[in-house]
Amino acid sequence: MRCTGTIFQREISAYFLSPVAYVVIAVFMIFSGYFFSVMLGITQETTLRYSLAYTQFILSILTPVITMRLFAEENKTGTIEPLMTAPVTDFVVVFGKFLAAWALYNVMIVPTAFYIIFLAWVGNPDYGAIIASYIGLVLMGGLFISIGLLVSAVTKNQIVAAVIGIVALLILLVIGLASAGNEGWFYSSVRYIGTYDHWETFTKGVVDTRDVIYYVSFTALLLFVVVRIVESRRWR
Amino acid sequence: MIKVEHLAKRYAEAYAVNDISFEVKEGEILGLLGPNGAGKTTTMRILTCYMPATSGTATVAGFDVFKNSVDVRKNIGYLPENVPLYPEMRVKEYLSFRAKLKRVPHRERKTKIADAVDRCRIVDVQNQIIGTLSKGYRQRVGLADALVHDPKILILDEPTIGLDPNQIRQVRQLIKELGEKHTILLSTHILPEVEMLCGRVIIINKGKIVAMDTPANLESQLKADNHIALEVRGNGEKIKNALSGIKGVRRVTWRDKGEIANFAVESEKGTDVREEIFSSVVKNNGIIREMTLAPITLEEVFHQITTQEQEVTA
Repeated sequence: MRCTGTIFQREISAYFLSPVAYVVIAVFMIFSGYFFSVMLGITQETTLRYSLAYTQFILSILTPVITMRLFAEENKTGTIEPLMTAPVTDFVVVFGKFLAAWALYNVMIVPTAFYIIFLAWVGNPDYGAIIASYIGLVLMGGLFISIGLLVSAVTKNQIVAAVIGIVALLILLVIGLASAGNEGWFYSSVRYIGTYDHWETFTKGVVDTRDVIYYVSFTALLLFVVVRIVESRRWR
Repeated sequence: MIKVEHLAKRYAEAYAVNDISFEVKEGEILGLLGPNGAGKTTTMRILTCYMPATSGTATVAGFDVFKNSVDVRKNIGYLPENVPLYPEMRVKEYLSFRAKLKRVPHRERKTKIADAVDRCRIVDVQNQIIGTLSKGYRQRVGLADALVHDPKILILDEPTIGLDPNQIRQVRQLIKELGEKHTILLSTHILPEVEMLCGRVIIINKGKIVAMDTPANLESQLKADNHIALEVRGNGEKIKNALSGIKGVRRVTWRDKGEIANFAVESEKGTDVREEIFSSVVKNNGIIREMTLAPITLEEVFHQITTQEQEVTA
């Protein structure tokens, strides 16, 4: 476990030594700022709730860009070989990479704190709902990153990793939206798998254990699968 | 230090490594010699726990590569083919990252890294970004990484490939020095390299061991089949016939270039016909402009060893 920090450190420095971190953060700020100002203009409500609905869409596109290089780049350049022949377990490598991407994701959403300051300046926002939304954002980030990590682990090509990751996340978003309003076990289970419903609860200001469990268990399951994929090289 | 027994690795259809067994003793430099695709890299990848064998066992430093993979990896330094490195890192950063991964204790880290940097002669580039380094320096950074945790065993996959002659010489010198402290298994497809560095050689072809001996023995065994190249001024036809008549000569091929003719003479094993060639050329009024023992290429080594094998089995 000690080496998790070492992997984490290297991945973080790789993000900030390349343009990836800066580009992703800048693009996120442009779009989230745009949706924030537009939704504020339309609704005239001092809440993040409506703009955050669009934020999930932006994050579905940007998170795979964060995660695409994690394994694909190492697979392509061959650095995976010295990495996996060092005395570290596969889990440590996967978890270190996951934490680094998650950290970058969280850094990316930090500037949105400015919107809260702005809301506090123009009115009186519901801080409880805002805190709940951020808890939701962070948990959702973990899930998105584990999906991106999984896609990156199975390919050598970063573009392929990004595209498949984006498609997967958009499907998870869309199935929840598309089955909204329909009854029956099928639609409700599809809605449960989809990310939208769980995320919406947080934006309403509710931290429901069911939603927390959904994100945490889904993330843990995916990380487990990634470890198996990385390990599969050893028994394939 | 390394013990390999009946190791085999099968990809989809074909065997990359097929039932090989060998042993590397402590302090030895063993060379794995073979053409591309012979199974050298696969063998090394199995020994470094990068991939498992289909069957057979291998123990490195007393640990099984499959069951105690982490213990094996603690005891080896591995230089993969083509030396993959992180291009955005600085040399020292990279070595520090690798030292941490290889669990070099914090107290010793600085001295171990300085030592590796020193031994691989990369002091002057230690603060450079790896992406800007030349191939020779990258190779040495890879070597520094392999030995930063002072492992008992070094496994080097084609350590001199893609280097210019000066760099090759430097890297070989370095490996020679490392051999004094470490057990080394290295692969190559360059014959003189093995002669220079290794105490013992394994020749591997199509996933099988075809020969295992000291370079000196191997060479004497191979040099027995003499190939002599000759350049002569004189009557080519006549000289050719004379050469073919020499006892022990198996085959003479020649090419006429006007007044000057080139001959390739192949004689039987264990016979040295150079002196007879000289006198018979002189007798036929030819003037020898050049006579050399044609250097044995790896291709010929393989050709010879594999055909010998067939003769034995047939």
